[in-house]
Amino acid sequence: MPFLELKSIRKSFGENGSRTEVLRDINLSIEKGEFVAIVGYSGAGKTTLISLIAGLLAPDAGSLTLNDLEITAPGPDRGVVFQNYSLLPWLSVYENIYLAVDQVFPNWAPAKKQQHTEAHIAMVNLSPAHDKKPAELSGGMKQRVSVARALAMDPQILLLDEPLSALDALTRATLQDEIGRIWSQQKKTVVLITNDVDEGILLADRIIPLSAGPGATLGASINIDIPRPRDRKGINHDPRFKEIRRAVINYLLGAGGHRHTTVSKKLVLPDLEPEDLSVPPPMIGGRRTPIRRHEIKRETVEVE
Amino acid sequence: MNKSKFKFDWLVLPLFGIGVVLLLWSVFSATWAKELPSPMKTWEKSRELILSPFAKRGEMDQGILRFTWYSLVLVAKGYAIALLVGTPIGFCLGLSKTFSKTFDPIIQILRPVSPLAWLPLGLILFLGAGKQASELGALFTIAICAMWPTVLNTAVGVRAIPQDYLNVAKVLKLSRTKTLFKVLIPATLPYMFTGFRLSLGIAWLVIVAAEMLTGRPGVGGFLWQEYNSLIYEHIILCIITIGVVGFVLDRLMSVVEKRFKTA
Ligand SMILES: Nc1ncnc2c1ncn2[C@@H]1O[C@H](COP(=O)(O)OP(=O)(O)OP(=O)(O)O)[C@@H](O)[C@H]1O
Ligand SMILES: [Mg+2]
Repeated sequence: MPFLELKSIRKSFGENGSRTEVLRDINLSIEKGEFVAIVGYSGAGKTTLISLIAGLLAPDAGSLTLNDLEITAPGPDRGVVFQNYSLLPWLSVYENIYLAVDQVFPNWAPAKKQQHTEAHIAMVNLSPAHDKKPAELSGGMKQRVSVARALAMDPQILLLDEPLSALDALTRATLQDEIGRIWSQQKKTVVLITNDVDEGILLADRIIPLSAGPGATLGASINIDIPRPRDRKGINHDPRFKEIRRAVINYLLGAGGHRHTTVSKKLVLPDLEPEDLSVPPPMIGGRRTPIRRHEIKRETVEVE
Repeated sequence: MNKSKFKFDWLVLPLFGIGVVLLLWSVFSATWAKELPSPMKTWEKSRELILSPFAKRGEMDQGILRFTWYSLVLVAKGYAIALLVGTPIGFCLGLSKTFSKTFDPIIQILRPVSPLAWLPLGLILFLGAGKQASELGALFTIAICAMWPTVLNTAVGVRAIPQDYLNVAKVLKLSRTKTLFKVLIPATLPYMFTGFRLSLGIAWLVIVAAEMLTGRPGVGGFLWQEYNSLIYEHIILCIITIGVVGFVLDRLMSVVEKRFKTA
């Protein structure tokens, strides 16, 4: 009996005339305690899929069940880490998390709520930023607050929507390790949405590709039978890793229809290269300074 | 160097501007506008009102700040009513499409109506109140004229709340009241305060008209009385007072507004 089950889910947006189908025939079942990664193109419908599971959107057809109960509305049993952090900017780090704790555990004594909140701030190493407002935090710190808030709700399932895609490579690696560590401690059921195949393979038990939209659908799930703990440096040379990676990318390329000649991938290279002085400055307006490689946020590579 | 430039910008240049206007004023009063009192004459005639600003010699012969104080008290009351009525209306407009479609047209029609048009209606409405009628009528006029910026800005602010914040409220299953106080109001505050500031400006504009028509003691009432007694210097004094007070109020409100902008 799967813990989370999605059956023949369909979801379209728009009015009758210009209606586009975003997700088509989505089937997914996840066992308790599993860590599942879903990879897909930008705009494929990953956030839509997470919103459906979270209950923020209703499907046009099909059924979603969590623990055998139909998902009809959002609730704190599903902790969501939104793609854009979604912290309330007028509350400090502590208050953002406390709001969630206070709501989910209304019967706890205030001291216990406070201690629970502090413990989760400490878990993501943010104790020094305890009283800062979100505007005073870096992207990675906001992301960690968002993760801490979701975990502090002690949800049955954790839904992570591209939690790391806005970060630079070094912070990204650190937070990947942090998510891996937290998962191995808490053994929560996790759905991780990502656009980075390597990240999915590094962290998850299973990886499932989502084809390009419109009408995106999930491909076959691939078991990641690489033993844990996985070492991010060593894993690149693991033949099994390469095999899984190729399978996922092949699916994404093959099922992507019009997109099947290119792979678009966010760059994860650290900024080791000098400024590219060969790029001429624009004639009118625009930036005068040369472009550094790390500022190129996306690269498209031709493949045969 | 930088600092002195700064001082030049906000001290020397504005003083120069005031000097230019004073000069033009003197020239005009000396040439073609003979009825217009010169700056010197205005000062001489107004000295007593300014130098003992809180004196009270009679109902309509009081220090200028005493008059200002009466006006401010009345404005404060009318403004408070405007905010208390306007903010909830703004929230309803922002939250409910049906409410908005129902009442937006009538609001757009009532909004441009001048205080001069509302005041007689206010006086009629409170005719039964006897001696209080002029105060209640004035309050009614201030409230109904000053309300609209608060109403409209609050509505815009509520509509502009990012979906993300609402999603947080939904995922946490916040109750309606908690959503209102923990999410909707804090998210709307910056817009609300812009509305509050504009409303205060209008309330101060309306007070003068209301006092002139009702003859209540206050800067506006005093201005009208001095016009009738042909003491034109005091009219100018009143204009300057009204302007300065309005400016100070606006500055105070924008300080408050800025505080909430960063939130
Ligand atoms: N509320 C909505 N109304 C209309 N169309 C929408 C809505 N939300 C999403 N879409 C459309 O659905 C498609 C999928 O959007 P979605 O946000 O799920 O993509 P995504 O896979 O999360 O992309 P990214 O990786 O960039 O976050 C897009 O084409 C988008 O335009
Ligand atoms: Mg997304």
